[in-house]
Amino acid sequence: MNIQVKVDEDVSGAAGAKTFPGSDSRRYNYFEPKGRKATHYEDVTVDVQPDPERYLAQGWIIAFANGDPTYSKDWTKVKSSNWHAYRAPDQEWERTHYQRQSTIIGTTQNIIQNGRRSGAPDRFDKQWVKILQDHLGAYKHVEYGLGTALMHAQRLGYTQMVNNVLLTNCSYKIRFAQDITLYLGELNLDLPALDLSAGKTHWLEDPLWQDARAAVEGVMGTNDYIEQTLATNVCIEPLICELFRSGFIMQDAAAQNDFITPSVIAAGEADYERNLVNCVELLSMLVADPAHGAENRSILTNWLQEHGGRALAAARQLQPLWSLPVNKRARFDEVLAVQLARVDSITTAIGLDPLAR
Amino acid sequence: MSLSLHSITQQKGIPIAEATRRIADLGWTPTYVKEAMTFPTDYKISKHPKDPMKQVLRSYFPMQEEKDNRVYGALDAALRGDMFRNVEQRWVEWMKLFLAIIPFPEISAARSMAMLGRLAPGDELRTGFTMQMVDEFRHSTIQMNLKKWYMENYIDPAGFDITEAAFGKCYATTIGRQFGEAFLTGDAVTAANIYLQVVAESAFTNTLFVAMPSEAARNGDYALPTVFLSVQSDESRHIGNGHSFLMSVLNNPDNHLLLERDIRYAFWQNHGIVDAAVGTIVEYGTKHRDKKKESYAELWHRWIYEDYYRTYMLPLEKYGIKIHHDDVHAAWDRIVKEGYVHKVAQFFSAGWWANFWRLEGLDEYDFEWFEYKYPGWYNEYGAWWENYRKLSKPGSVPITFADTGYVYPHRCWSNLVPCVIRDQFTTDVVDGELYTYGHEIDRWTHKEAFAGEYQGRPTPAMGRFSGKRQWEELYDGWDVADAIKDMGFVRPDGKTLMAQPHLSLEEKDMWTLDHVRGYTIKAPIKILRDLSPADREKHIADYKKGFTIKRL
Repeated sequence: MNIQVKVDEDVSGAAGAKTFPGSDSRRYNYFEPKGRKATHYEDVTVDVQPDPERYLAQGWIIAFANGDPTYSKDWTKVKSSNWHAYRAPDQEWERTHYQRQSTIIGTTQNIIQNGRRSGAPDRFDKQWVKILQDHLGAYKHVEYGLGTALMHAQRLGYTQMVNNVLLTNCSYKIRFAQDITLYLGELNLDLPALDLSAGKTHWLEDPLWQDARAAVEGVMGTNDYIEQTLATNVCIEPLICELFRSGFIMQDAAAQNDFITPSVIAAGEADYERNLVNCVELLSMLVADPAHGAENRSILTNWLQEHGGRALAAARQLQPLWSLPVNKRARFDEVLAVQLARVDSITTAIGLDPLAR
Repeated sequence: MSLSLHSITQQKGIPIAEATRRIADLGWTPTYVKEAMTFPTDYKISKHPKDPMKQVLRSYFPMQEEKDNRVYGALDAALRGDMFRNVEQRWVEWMKLFLAIIPFPEISAARSMAMLGRLAPGDELRTGFTMQMVDEFRHSTIQMNLKKWYMENYIDPAGFDITEAAFGKCYATTIGRQFGEAFLTGDAVTAANIYLQVVAESAFTNTLFVAMPSEAARNGDYALPTVFLSVQSDESRHIGNGHSFLMSVLNNPDNHLLLERDIRYAFWQNHGIVDAAVGTIVEYGTKHRDKKKESYAELWHRWIYEDYYRTYMLPLEKYGIKIHHDDVHAAWDRIVKEGYVHKVAQFFSAGWWANFWRLEGLDEYDFEWFEYKYPGWYNEYGAWWENYRKLSKPGSVPITFADTGYVYPHRCWSNLVPCVIRDQFTTDVVDGELYTYGHEIDRWTHKEAFAGEYQGRPTPAMGRFSGKRQWEELYDGWDVADAIKDMGFVRPDGKTLMAQPHLSLEEKDMWTLDHVRGYTIKAPIKILRDLSPADREKHIADYKKGFTIKRL
């Protein structure tokens, strides 16, 4: 039997059921897309944090006791002619963020589980296990410290686009700090002698890590969110984090019979590529600003020298690490040279002078 | 005996308690540089808060991705099932308002986690705050996506297409901004813990994210429930964060006076704002008039009174916190006896031309339901809605300016909702300026709570009300047509209003700028301030007497 449903098109609420003024206005029309058409990221991000200079007719309606409004341009030393021009190159919004984070977690867990199932941790070089215990255990605090600093930073930016990249950067750092923590905990299940508290002790007390800790605490100690993202992504990531992750763990692990750790650590490298490109886009926008570029450049340069100088000192202090593995592969001076070249390529992309050596 | 894959691949893992303990140990107290404390508070917190949820990001992200997959799958299914063919337009029109507001409070909640992260000693709850931050990022962008989806697939996209611009201009969204800004401005604990977590999330998200989706489903909209119940499933984590932090705050008796102040302020303002907006949408945005369904008042009793007041607020008394029972009863009375929601809906319809959504009048089915649920409703509001219907044709006098007896309300300086319960209207002078309030507690909020001293105790971190708080002052003396044009609430043909007092999309039925030209907006607060003291007293007395609607 054929059942025919009669639909009165006059009452249909579907698009196209009727033509009338505005019936085809099916794009958010209150912002200029960066490209020819708005991306999904732009649609769900732009202007959600309002601005009295755009549509916020009544201004901010609650203030801090010192008179600061809910968001203030004065919360960073640098200035922009148009904070709203910034778009994150990674175009992250909630769905892509969860997909990416979840994929990383799934991959990491598979690697760890399969490695453990094959008995790999028992075949790790014993000296290497101690290095993981003491120094990967210490390094996880670098990631966590930067993550907490960025969590603080994501309150302070002047637009939704800026704050959201600080937020996702924070989310990646905290996840990665937890990844390492749980990985070491899982190694401990197979290697009961592994001391899980040793990493923190080294972080707090080992002279090898004290400049690194001072560098991270330098980011935690500032209230300027642009300074925080610069210090994190332009200084500490290449000179401490990549140096350690890529220049040490990922190069030396295989020679110590360890194929698990480099794969776990590689996630941090991939996270950084996204965070870096978001940061470079933001800082280069500020340096190229038609009205404030020169002043911004001077401020960013000062931050670069301050945080970069601290990070470089920390990198040099870490040098003895490269002598610890039984089967040595990477050479510290070569690795540091690569990372300094990396910093130079980043500062060039932003439009800043190189970091002083 | 059957063999399962799990039994083959099973591997010993880290117990969850051990995992959370290890993760909490990631933090340390900086010694080289003092950690920056940007956001001030007058509270003192010395007790380590615990993370009651014991979750780690390793389990969090895959769980959230799965929730997302369900949401986006359901949106696709809704289109395949031709949801919009049968959706009630009366309902979706109100989503233009609701979804213009809600992504801002959501992202404000994400930002506010930064304010709590460094306040309490220990790092256990920082993980909880991190998850909440990412949750709120989820909520904000998932809601922007839902709104985009409505815009692309619903018959009338006008109003969705200007959404964030409308949010900054509209006389009604300012109320939502008061709600969102209160999460992240002023004293960090007052804002992010008490107002957001302890009151908004623990109490009022139930009406926002549970009651409203139920009503959406009754109106053929199963996209909103899909998104918002997924959002609400994150709230339990936030409630847990909030309660844990509150327990740390409670631990110090020096905080009790501030807690009493803030719970009072937050409860009353959440009532004023959320009940005005959600109550109106649930009761007046629906076409579903089954008498067996719960009214907003019944929902409020279940979620706010029974669930929150009795099981969350009352137990705080055993810690020595004074709970203002009278406030809860006063809020309840405002909803069931004073017609708070009905009077707010009446206000929305009085100013329909300033909306960026179409607001349909009520019909006989609506009247019958309201009378059944709220006996006496027809006598008080029936004539108004009949007038509204009569004056919905273009060329009629806009109802705001028609001789109905309606008195355009003053606006409350605290919660920015119009002072619709006339006999509760009050005024006060703060720093030499006269202000208007919807209730005595709103006056207290402005004058006593939001000040540099509370009951003799210095409160240097407390926020202040600021900005051009009253929308009417922006357009005082403006012609209605010019104000609408200035707000951008005009369709792409440059003349037809986005707002309409009906749902007809026939061009002959649609109001244009010409139909509303010649009427002038007046800011009630300016009128009041300009009066002599004697005239002011008379004005206030008259206002408090209320009005009677004449049937046209």
